[in-house]
Parts: sequence; C-alpha cells; structure tokens
Amino acid sequence: MRITCPICGERDRREFYYQGAASMLDRPDPDADGQVWSDYLHLRDNPAGLTRELWYHEAGCGAWLIVERNTVTHEIIGTELVEAADAD
Amino acid sequence: MRIEGKGRIDRGNKISFRFDGRDHHGFAADTLASALMAEGVRLMGRSFKYHRPRGVLTLGSEEPNALVTVGRGLAADPNTRATMQEIYEGLEARSQNRWPSLDFDLMGVNDLAAPFLGAGFYYKTFMWPKAFWEKLYEPVIRRAAGLGALSGKADGERCDKAFAFCDVLVIGGGPAGLMAALSAAQAGADVILCEEENGLGGRLRYEDEEIGGGRAHLWADDMAERLAAMENVRIMTRTAVTGAFDQGTFGALQRVSHHLAKPGKRPRETFWRIAAKRAVLCAGALERHIAFRDNDRPGVMMAGALRGYLNRFGTVPGRNVAVFGNNSDAHRTARDLAQAGVNVVALIDSRHDAENLAGDVPFYPGAQVVRGLGRKGLDGIVLRLPNGREERFAVQALGVSGGWNPSVHLTCHMNGRPVWDERLLAFVPKDGAVPGMRVAGAARGRFSTAECLKEGADAGLEAAKALGFSGDLPRVPDAEAGRYRIGRLMAVAGKGRAWLDFQNDVTVKDVKQAAAENFRSVEHMKRYTTQGMATDQGKSSNVLALAVLADATGREIPETGTTTFRPPYTPVAIAALGAGAEGKGFAPERLTTSDESTRARGAPMIEAGLWYRPSYFPRAGEETWRDSCDREVRMVRENVGVCDVSTLGKIALQGRDVGAFLDFVYANTFSTLKPGRVRYGIMLREDGHVMDDGTTARLSETSWVLTTTTAAAGQVVRHLDWVRQAFCPNMDVRFVSETEQWAQFAVAGPKARELVNDLLDTPIDGEVFPFMACAERQICGVKGRLFRISFSGEHAYEVAVPARYGASLFGLLADRAEAMGGGAYGMEALNVLRIEKGHITHAEIHGRTTAFDIGFQRMLSGKKEFIGKALAARPGLLEESREQLVGLRALKPEQPLPAGGHLFETDAEPIRENDLGYITSTCFSPTLGETRALAFLRNGRARHGDRIRMVDHLRDQVTWCEVTDPVAFDPEGGRLRD
Ligand SMILES: [Zn+2]
Repeated sequence: MRITCPICGERDRREFYYQGAASMLDRPDPDADGQVWSDYLHLRDNPAGLTRELWYHEAGCGAWLIVERNTVTHEIIGTELVEAADAD
Repeated sequence: MRIEGKGRIDRGNKISFRFDGRDHHGFAADTLASALMAEGVRLMGRSFKYHRPRGVLTLGSEEPNALVTVGRGLAADPNTRATMQEIYEGLEARSQNRWPSLDFDLMGVNDLAAPFLGAGFYYKTFMWPKAFWEKLYEPVIRRAAGLGALSGKADGERCDKAFAFCDVLVIGGGPAGLMAALSAAQAGADVILCEEENGLGGRLRYEDEEIGGGRAHLWADDMAERLAAMENVRIMTRTAVTGAFDQGTFGALQRVSHHLAKPGKRPRETFWRIAAKRAVLCAGALERHIAFRDNDRPGVMMAGALRGYLNRFGTVPGRNVAVFGNNSDAHRTARDLAQAGVNVVALIDSRHDAENLAGDVPFYPGAQVVRGLGRKGLDGIVLRLPNGREERFAVQALGVSGGWNPSVHLTCHMNGRPVWDERLLAFVPKDGAVPGMRVAGAARGRFSTAECLKEGADAGLEAAKALGFSGDLPRVPDAEAGRYRIGRLMAVAGKGRAWLDFQNDVTVKDVKQAAAENFRSVEHMKRYTTQGMATDQGKSSNVLALAVLADATGREIPETGTTTFRPPYTPVAIAALGAGAEGKGFAPERLTTSDESTRARGAPMIEAGLWYRPSYFPRAGEETWRDSCDREVRMVRENVGVCDVSTLGKIALQGRDVGAFLDFVYANTFSTLKPGRVRYGIMLREDGHVMDDGTTARLSETSWVLTTTTAAAGQVVRHLDWVRQAFCPNMDVRFVSETEQWAQFAVAGPKARELVNDLLDTPIDGEVFPFMACAERQICGVKGRLFRISFSGEHAYEVAVPARYGASLFGLLADRAEAMGGGAYGMEALNVLRIEKGHITHAEIHGRTTAFDIGFQRMLSGKKEFIGKALAARPGLLEESREQLVGLRALKPEQPLPAGGHLFETDAEPIRENDLGYITSTCFSPTLGETRALAFLRNGRARHGDRIRMVDHLRDQVTWCEVTDPVAFDPEGGRLRD
C-alpha cells in the first residue's frame, strides 16, 4: 500500500501511522452535552466503501493527513493535510 | 538418459554433485532434476501422506514431487524444488520424507493402509479420547507426515530485503514479457523485468520452434542482450514475483546465491518490494494433469515438461515413451521426441476427432490411459481403446497433458476472480482485476508464440502510454501460430486410486467422498481433503479437483467456483519475508552518551523500550544487586548521585503561543509560567485518562522545553502534532523532538549544588537558582541548560549539554561525585527513590488511570479548555469507590509486596470477587527500612492507616500491610527546596 503525502510525495505505508476515522476532527464544543462527547469518542461508522481516515506521516514530515479510501477496493481517492483542511 | 546432439547445455563443462550420498555428474546449465534424469534417476521423493514413490513431474516452480534438501546443518534448505535448483560443483542434495532410504521407505506401509486414511481421516479418527491427541496422535502424525526439516537453529542473517521502483513492471520473461519490456522501454519508461528462471525466454527455452526465421531460444537470447543494453531496463532473473498488493506494490523473491558453489557474503535470497506505476503480467501458463489410476508413478510427467527436458537439457526419463493428452499441444511432445530419435510407442489423444500433428508415430485418437504400471518407476501403461478393448504398452516414461491453465494467480491477489473459458477449458483472468495491471500472452489464454509476441508488445506500449510516454510498436517477428484445441477430459473413469494433488496425496475418490459428505463448497472440499494446500498450492491439480467436484455435485465448473489464489505465488521462507528484522534489526539498540563509561564501570544494562540503561553500579564487596542499590539510594539521600536521564523525551517548542498551546494539551496551566521557571504537568487523552507526565521549562519568552517519560516520547510527539495541526492551526507554535540532541544528567543529593557549581562557569546559590528554576548556563565552557528539578525528592539538578559533550560530562560528574563520597546510580536506585517519594511512572499511569485515581484531580484546571477535560468529568471516573493511588508498607519489614499482587480485606477470601486493587511498583526502602509499594486500592485515600492483605497467587505470597499516603518520605518536601 502506498500513500501520497502532500508534502513528501508517494511513500510506502510503513512510513505512516494509522489513527482511525477522520471524525476525530469534529471535536465537540467544550460545553457540549456528555452524550455528544461520548458519541465523539466512541462511535465510528464502518462503511463498505468510501472512508475518510487519519494517517500520520510519522517516519516522514510529521504531517497528519486525511486519506480518502475505499475499503472495498483499497483505492486511495485522495489525501490532504489536516492542517490545511482545518484552516479554511 | 541424455540424447546425443540435443539440449542447450554446456557439455564441455562437467559438474559433479551428490544426491542421497551418491556421486553424480551433470553439465553447466543443468538443473538438479535434469541432471538426475540424465543419470537415470527417476525416484526423487516420497509423498506426504502415503509415502508413495514419486518422480519429477514438471520443469518449474510448480513442481510437487521432486523436493529435496540442499546443503547441511544451518545451511540446509529443505523443500528445494529439484526443477529450480541449478547444479554446481559440490552440490549436495538429499531426498525427504523417507526412512531409512528413498528406495526402501518403512512408512510406505501407509500406502497399504490407504483405505483407512481417506479424506477427513484426521477429523474422524483422532477425535477421541481427547487426551490422546497431545500425547500420542499428534507426535506420531508429525513424525510420519511432513516434508523437509529445518535445522532448528537460528537462521542468522542469510536473507536480505530490498526495494525497487519503476514505471512498468513486466512479470515474466517469455515471448510476451520480452516484447512488453521492449515496447515499454522504447517508449521511454523505466522498466523492471522479473523472471523466475535463471534466464529469459520462458517456454522458448524449452521449445523447438522458430521466430523470425531463426531458432526461437536464440531470438530470446538476443532480446535479453538488447534489453540488458538499455539504460532504462533492469532485468531481474531468478526473481519470482510472489504477490500483487495495493497501489502497485509487488512482492518478489530473488534467489541470489542458491546456484553458487561459493556464495561468499551474498545473501541466499532477497525479498523485494517493488513499487510499479503499471504492470504487465506475462506469467505464461501451467500444464495440468489427467487423473487416472496410478498416474503418479515416477516416469509419468507433464507432456510439456517431458518435451522441455528433451529440448533444453537433452534428457529423457526412458527410451520408450508414450504421450497422453486431451489437446493439440500434447502432439508437439510426441513430435519432438520422435524427431530426436526417442521411441514414441504411442500418442494417445482422448479426442475422437483429433488429427495427428506429430508425424510418424503410432496414434490412438479417442483412447485413454487407464492405468500406470510399475511401483518405484513406470514400466508400462494400460490403454483403453475406443472399442473398449484394453491394451498394454511397455514404456518408461509417459507425458501427460490435461491442458494448459493460464497463470492467473497474481490477478486474483486483490480479490479478483478468474473467469471460466469453455473453449480453453481453463480459467482466464478478468480484465482490470488488479488496478494498473494488464495481462498478456499465455497468462490470458493466448497460447501461440505469435499471439504472445503481439500481445506483449501491445501491453507494454499501452502501459507506457498510460504514464504519458509515447512511442511506436516494435516490429513483431513471425512465429509459431498453431491453434490450441482441447477436449474435456479431467479424470479417466475406472477403479483404483487416481491422483490429483501429488503433494498432499488427494485422489479423485477423496473429492467424491467430500462431496458425498456434503462438503460441496469448493473451499470446504479443499480443507476437508487438503487438496491444493501443499507448497505447490495445487498448481497442476486444482482444476481437476474442481471438475471432479462439479461432476460429483451435478454442477458446472463456473458455478462450482474456484478457491482463492493468495500470495505468495511460490513458497517464500519466513526468513526472507522478515529479512533485516531479526535480532537488532527487530529491536535496534538506543545507547546514551554515557553508555561506554557506564559499561566500563561494570553496570549491568536493562532495556527501557529500545534504550539501554544501567541497572546499578556494583562496587567491590557488594554481592547482590540489592547491596548496590541500597548503597546508591543512601548515597543520594546522604551525599550526591549522578544518573543519566537523557532517555526522557525532550521536545523544544518555540513561538508566541506556546503557553496557550500547552494550556490546551496539558490539564494544568502553563501560560502563567514565568521565563526561567519549570512546572510539572499531566497530559490527558481525550477520553480523560492520563497519557503522560513530565516537566516543562520556559527558557525565555518564546522558547520552551517539554519533557516526556522515556516510554511515551514518541506517542507525545505524535499527539502534539495532532493537536496542533487539527485544533490549533493558527497558533504561533512550532516544535521538534530533540531527545537525541541533548545529553541530560540528574545530580541529586544534599551535595548536588556543590558538585554542579564545580562545573558551572558561574556558580549558583539558592537565591538565583531556587527549586523549579531553569536557565541556559555555561557548563565547563559549553552552552548548556540547567534545571532545578527532582525525581528523587532530594535537592537536585538536571544538567543538559549537546549530546557530543555527554560522554565527557558524565565522566566528570561521576568521578567528582565519587570523590565527594557519592557516585553514579542506576535504574534500581532511581526506582526506589521515586517510590519512597510516591512519584508515579508508567507503572501507575498505565493507560487505565485518571488524574482522579492518582490523586491529581486538583491539577485539572477549571479555567480553561484542554484535551480530555470533558470526558474526565464523567461521573464514573470520579467515584470514590474507584481504585486510588496509595502507599503500602509491609508489616513485617522484609516481606515482599510484589508488583501484580492483589489486595484484599484481612478477613476476605482472596478471590476475584473480593479484589480491592493491585500493586504497581515495589521496592525495599533502605531509607525507611521496610518494603514499600505503590498500589491502587478501592477508596484508598480514605483508608490510610488501615490494614489489608496482599495476596500474590502467582508467587504464592501473602503479606500483611498498612495503607499509607503514596509519599512515604519527606512528605513536606523540605529536602528538595533546601
Ligand atoms: Zn510527509
């Protein structure tokens, strides 16, 4: 498996650390309801098909990436920097 | 025997080798199989289950029978296919799975017991009694079954790993692969051409035919030279592509030195990971067998292999030969043999309407071979003619062709399923099964050389064009264009055992029995009979077994389906897959700058993650580690000690918003910290549990240094990167790990300042450098950092210098400490010192404890948002009944309180239901003269002073103890502020 880091280019997956669903980016408001926080922490979709995942270029530039990937075909549709995604 | 004038071997270059202790001779370019065949050896192995005598069946890596062990001892390679092993001077090979000898194998009695050993035998027979399995059945079966054995010793570093990159990977160097490589390379693409055999040409090396008016195998040699001369082509022979993986990654196994008498320092094998933008699969096709009674006798071979041995090596397994097939290609074998002067006794084609394409040989259309005769070698066959009459022929060899299966394996590695082709009676690959990979030539059922050349050229150019290269098709030379015709015959009807899977001894009857017992799914049949589960993965037999199953269950082959082709295509030793990851490759050593000096002082080292740290520093007269540890603890408490703490994670942060950032990642507040001061902090995970702790120093308005525990250094950097990039992108903060850039030493004890002042260019006092002060300071003329922090509870400093000065500073500190009556101390003493002080490590913050549990709830700031705040406030995490950090002292001072021991009320039965908590850290405290421990105890903070019982069921230890505050020594902290 190979992932394209927007900063470093295409690299072997061994350089990356896998975190999980990109929903971790949607951090609730500090005073959100406990249930909202609990859902944020525990609930994940498990789709057969497109997913948005967080990968960390640990053995590279240290960038966190959002990787859009198809869990059925293993196709990687695209990657973007977490930092850039958040800045807009 | 060897046929004069035939073969493409170097007859001037004679090579001697040994097989089963006997001397043999062959010629350069011979394989072990061809050389043994030339010497008249037909019996090359025994089968796995019945120990049936077996001879060579094929000429490639798909060989199920001729498996041998090459070499001896540690260098022994079991299960080496004699068909792939090139001979060299002094080669030593032994047959396998026989005792006492290949010729006379006692386990051959299994064959007589065969009626009892059919499909499902293991499942049915060894069910009962249960206790017999481990003691009796398994050991007996393991001894009786199996192939070659490993040495049982560590393999050493005999394999290597490597990575390669290309635009176009061409898999297979036959006619299609050669043309694919040429057209892709001519268009400008970087090409890697992998070929499993030791040279290019594929089937052309084994055929007697013409390309472009010249000999086909010489054309292949010319092409090989032409490609080798191109700068953008890399040819990798002896390299089998074993798997296709995501995003154009391929695994490949290269046999680097198996064929060399003196491998020198070369690895035995190299496992390659090849990243290719496009791939062209030109893997060719493999011939399959036909099932008939005793079709496994040594001397029965695949027809294409029989012809290949003749054309390439000039060898045949006997003077009188027959050929039996269901397709037109079998005729070529009869033709080539007859032309070479071998006595072709019969060409038998099961198709009634077949025409003889072999020339002047006795031809039997519509006939079938119903039985092979002979035991340790074929000495005849029985033929059933169309009129039902049976006839015997005396032959020593029989070439069988049940048709050709395109090598679709790699197209299935990413979940693709092949498609049944009713015209070819074989599975062909589905287009696009592996993204970026095209299939050309025989691998997609185009069997003539002309088709292969054309398809290869097309596919190579297409692959290059898809990457933006452009070029023209190379000229495709004229070649053999005969049409392949096949009629359906998988298994010949009749009595007796007809063999499918030679390696696992599966017969037609076994598959029928599986179907009768309702193992109708092909995957179930496979596992019940073990069909296709041996090292050859059923390459010459799976389709037959499938056809038998389809017949037995009244289905067609497409609806019966096929089993899943998984990587690797050919066996790959675990040693090759894991090359570079043994020993220190698996766990590299991280050494501190004081390592050499520490070892020179006789300190035994212990592992802390990948780091090596001193356990203790033994001195003359000390007999046990405890002697040294107790002395080192006293040394620190009474005098001064020095300890390398460089392994703690150090992260440098800079920017105007570091304070705000740290406020967000730490539970407590850092933005109020003044330059020149240090603060302790705890960091939570988002789920409210403690992630790590450590001190952070503010060296100036915008420059900070954060420390992590040794264990969590990597995790904390990852976490900080996450929090900053995900949630704080607009903050002015940047950071980098500098753990290895700085050497840092703790100097602890009442005389710590005296020792530190010895080395500082400008001495300090309590006024300018109070507890929790920090500053950049000149240390022996080097710009370093000084922190007044303490893990031991003593008046202490940590001194940091750039790593290149670490060794020298450690030497200075340790020597001077010794001169002052102190010295270096190790991890044992460090641990005792911190347990006495109730300081936590990852033994306590092990991932399941909260700030509340460790008594740090008040550190959680109410005035700001931080990671983990919301979820740390969950009611369940704040209940008094939770297990809370406490200290324990043994009532009998020397009695142990082992970590992992569990806590119970004094009168409660020590069972899980009564469990109150557990011990995390333990030591004998020389300062307090008793065994001390840190533990988590239900409602523990309210229980100081209570007596409880520690039970360690593992070590069978019961210790009565008293619950105390975690801080056992100097609770007011007067010593460190001194
Ligand atoms: Zn990167």
